[in-house]
Amino acid sequence: MRKYFDQITRIAGNVVTVTATGVGYDELATITGPHRSSLAQVIRLEGDQVSLQVFAGTQGVSTEDRVHFLGRPMQVPFSDDLFGRVFDGSGRPRDGRPEVQAEAVDIGSPPVNPVKRLLPSKMVRTGVPMIDVFNSLVESQKLPIFSVAGEPYNDLLARVGLQADADVIILGGMGLRHDDYLRFRSTFEQGGVLGRSIMFIHTAADPVVECLLVPDLCLAVGEHFALQGKRVLVLLTDMTAFSDALKEIAIIMEQIPSNRGYPGDLYTQLARRYEKAVDFDGAGSMTVLACVVMPGDDVTHPVPDNTGYITEGQFYLRSGWIEPFGSLSRLKQQVNGKTRDDHRSIMDACIQLYALCRESREKRDMGFEMSEWDSRLLTYGGLFEEQIMNLEVNIPLEEALDRCWGILAECFEPAETGIRRAIIEKHWPKAL
Amino acid sequence: MTGRIVSVFGNMVIAEIDGRVVQNSVGYCCRSDGARLLSEVIRVRGRMADLQVFEETRGLRVGDLVEIEDAMLSVVLGPGLLGEVYDGLQNPLWELAAEAGFFLKPGTYIHALSTEKKWNFTPTAKPGATVDAGVALGWVPEGIFQHQIMVPFSRQGRFTVERVAPAGAYTIEHEIAVLKGEDGRTHPVTMQQSWPVKVPLNVSRQRLMPTEPLVTRVRIIDSMFPIVRGGTYCIPGPFGAGKTVLQQITSRHAEIDIVVVAACGERAGEVVETLREFPELTDPRTGKSLMERTIIICNTSAMPVAAREASVYTAATLAEYYRQMGLNVLLLADSTSRWAQAMREVSGRLEEIPGEEAFPAYLESRIASFYERAGAVELKDGRVASLTIGGTVSPAGGNFEEPVTQGTLKVVGAFHGLSRARSDARRYPSIDPLDSWSKYTGIIDPKKVAKVRSVLRRGSEVRQMMAVVGEEGTSTEDFLVALKADFFDNCYLQQNAFDEVDAATPADRQRFVFDKILAVLELELDVANKDDARKTMVAVTDLFRNWNYAATDSDDYRRILVDIEAFIASAGRSTAGGRHGEPVGEAVAAGALEGAAG
Ligand SMILES: Nc1ncnc2c1ncn2[C@@H]1O[C@H](COP(=O)(O)OP(=O)(O)OP(=O)(O)O)[C@@H](O)[C@H]1O
Ligand SMILES: [Mg+2]
Repeated sequence: MRKYFDQITRIAGNVVTVTATGVGYDELATITGPHRSSLAQVIRLEGDQVSLQVFAGTQGVSTEDRVHFLGRPMQVPFSDDLFGRVFDGSGRPRDGRPEVQAEAVDIGSPPVNPVKRLLPSKMVRTGVPMIDVFNSLVESQKLPIFSVAGEPYNDLLARVGLQADADVIILGGMGLRHDDYLRFRSTFEQGGVLGRSIMFIHTAADPVVECLLVPDLCLAVGEHFALQGKRVLVLLTDMTAFSDALKEIAIIMEQIPSNRGYPGDLYTQLARRYEKAVDFDGAGSMTVLACVVMPGDDVTHPVPDNTGYITEGQFYLRSGWIEPFGSLSRLKQQVNGKTRDDHRSIMDACIQLYALCRESREKRDMGFEMSEWDSRLLTYGGLFEEQIMNLEVNIPLEEALDRCWGILAECFEPAETGIRRAIIEKHWPKAL
Repeated sequence: MTGRIVSVFGNMVIAEIDGRVVQNSVGYCCRSDGARLLSEVIRVRGRMADLQVFEETRGLRVGDLVEIEDAMLSVVLGPGLLGEVYDGLQNPLWELAAEAGFFLKPGTYIHALSTEKKWNFTPTAKPGATVDAGVALGWVPEGIFQHQIMVPFSRQGRFTVERVAPAGAYTIEHEIAVLKGEDGRTHPVTMQQSWPVKVPLNVSRQRLMPTEPLVTRVRIIDSMFPIVRGGTYCIPGPFGAGKTVLQQITSRHAEIDIVVVAACGERAGEVVETLREFPELTDPRTGKSLMERTIIICNTSAMPVAAREASVYTAATLAEYYRQMGLNVLLLADSTSRWAQAMREVSGRLEEIPGEEAFPAYLESRIASFYERAGAVELKDGRVASLTIGGTVSPAGGNFEEPVTQGTLKVVGAFHGLSRARSDARRYPSIDPLDSWSKYTGIIDPKKVAKVRSVLRRGSEVRQMMAVVGEEGTSTEDFLVALKADFFDNCYLQQNAFDEVDAATPADRQRFVFDKILAVLELELDVANKDDARKTMVAVTDLFRNWNYAATDSDDYRRILVDIEAFIASAGRSTAGGRHGEPVGEAVAAGALEGAAG
């Protein structure tokens, strides 16, 4: 059924109101004028007044444009033809290639029944020792990277994408700079994963409403692959841009803000997306890794704060590496007991000694004399940062554990590490 | 009553109704594809009724049919609730999964209790007896409990029992008794009844002052900030501080008959943990699976917001129902902030005048009346029963100066405030021992508690001073106070949730250990210098830590106890070069970590 309406009664912000009947809530429409056409979504029904959020913004929309309702909510095509393709926030090809001809699936599906979820139990190996050894990423986990602008968070995200051995990689870019997008593309291309990746990219130059759709598009496609039994990794950057888009729209809609201008439902909006991360009982899984830029390095800012309340831990990216303190994978204990018997011992010992090293550094910086123990801690800290924390390091978990043993043996006597005797006897690299 | 939709905005629908509308009654918005979406009337203006829809409103149109019932949003009460996993509107999730698969499809509802299962009914009421609401007519075995089949709570007045079914196996829909009212009308009774969730269910002689300690086996709670059966408490804390883990531990180990877990607007994964693990865990007190004493109500963060608001009331009503049977029930709600946010979203859509942080003006009174549903009661037959409510609070930015935390603190009996500094330092459970409080008396003599609290306070003062003047500028005496405070913290307040023994300390053991700890705190240690003081306290810390890991009355337990007693008797001299020397390195390393990360 084709429905056209042309009585546009109000244009404000990104919202157009048209007189129409028989329209469903959440339904999709196109607004067509002489020079342009844009998708729009129904966000309010009041009598015969239908308010639509216009994806491309309302610039240039005229009261004589025609609104055509499509009788369905926002959808995205779903098939294996998506691999290697790049789309924008409206789901249109961005790579100059033709539209994907495939069955379309709704975005924003209902929540998963909790009893159809499995306990997370499979480790995602990333080759980053600070993740694999100290805060293991687990399949179906939702985990943000809290970072300040300027940190190499996108590089880290791209590396995890490359190295995590996922069947499908979906990248969602929100407010991305164009060269960042190109970087992702070439990294994926060089890494040879372009053939199993799909990108939905909204750049800072694109209309703000399209930014809002990016996570939903990624997660809808990801969910369907997961339902086929695939292990999907979704990378989202940056969720602060997404939240700011939400804020902008909420203010235009005259919603009363709750905290620093953000709408009261920010938590719900973010949670509905992050909670799509899942390990299906009887199908595949979807893991979500997201960047959250902390404005002013302030973790109590509403975006990182609400995110922390939703996700299963967080990585702090500071001074170019993943901060060992504060970073936490809440699901790590589900997996790090089954890797190698020394995994947990190394994890505890290395971090505790590194904490002692930082104390010694503080003492040194305050001009106190360094004991022999202090200087060994300092040596240890240096080696640990260079060989383990350094984000350039790219080695499997087992090699990272061995390397940790090497560093420990170089700096300490076995008993000084506080590691249990039985583990020392088995793994200490030098003759005891 | 029917009407037609005139407006849709988010999960709010305005409908024009012909005829009578009851505030808070249930309605269905009928989508053109046939789906009927459960809703609730939350405001009436003239012929317009505002409904909040408990589902996504996607696809609803202006002009769609709305059917409004007379009843308020209610739950079904009867045997079979225990062990179930429900959504916020009491849809059984296992059954939903069997019917609808992976997703929660809007408009799919299933009766909360099996209508096929047969229960072995034993009548207790005699024909001719006079009864009123809440009086038991018989019982059926439900797990380890005798589930009382009671005269429906909504029945007003006195009734004569006309007939009672003989002992036998019946479904919940089978008539098990017939009552005759004073007006001569007869009323059949089945094993199920319904009750509106927003109306407190309490049919009792009187409310009692709650005084009996509720032992959670978490030492810092039971000994320092106790809760009582029928009392209320809250756990505010920033993200990741350990609210959920603390509630999970409590739901496992608390000495209580029934636990109702209300997962309200939080992670689905946490519910999955409970529902996958509880059936495997045995309750040491009954030898049965923990699931048999547990009901899970979950409306996780991705599920519709309006149902989130209802879910805490659903949980409270089920909990009150079991209290009516003479049982002690614990309701754990995680997180009440999400419930408050759901109220805020609804209020915003109703365009009510907002209060602080855009929460509605009635936020505090809603919080108060929710916690008021807790209480110890004397039932009509003289038995005492209780409902205890504990809620977590998730304050924005971890700052307790916000409306939900403040509104909650005004009404609860105990405050377990989690601190970021303690959780960063991995001092779990991260309840702040200086800021938290409880108005209840627990299992430890309050005079003794006051003594250790003063050590903690003085220790913290010394630490603050030491941060300025350094260790050198601190007297050995003061230094020792700080060490003693750390000792108490390390060996008593902190508890390893993942160690089989340490995870749960029964009341007897808490009293015994507490006395030993107090004895150590009160020792006049004769130490030469700070190093000496540190060594002595590290040694005794190590003793108590290992003691915590030793099963009660095991060989290890007794051996360490001997050492502890020797330590106390000799005022600290007995450990010099003792055999527990080796693990000290670990203790030192852990202590140092706390310093650096805190
Ligand atoms: N008692 C404990 N023992 C050991 N680890 C704990 C304990 N409590 C919390 N943790 C650690 O802290 C993490 C976060 O705890 P939890 O999920 O309870 O936080 P929360 O306060 O509920 O956070 P949120 O508000 O985000 O839900 C856990 O995954 C676990 O790693
Ligand atoms: Mg929690």
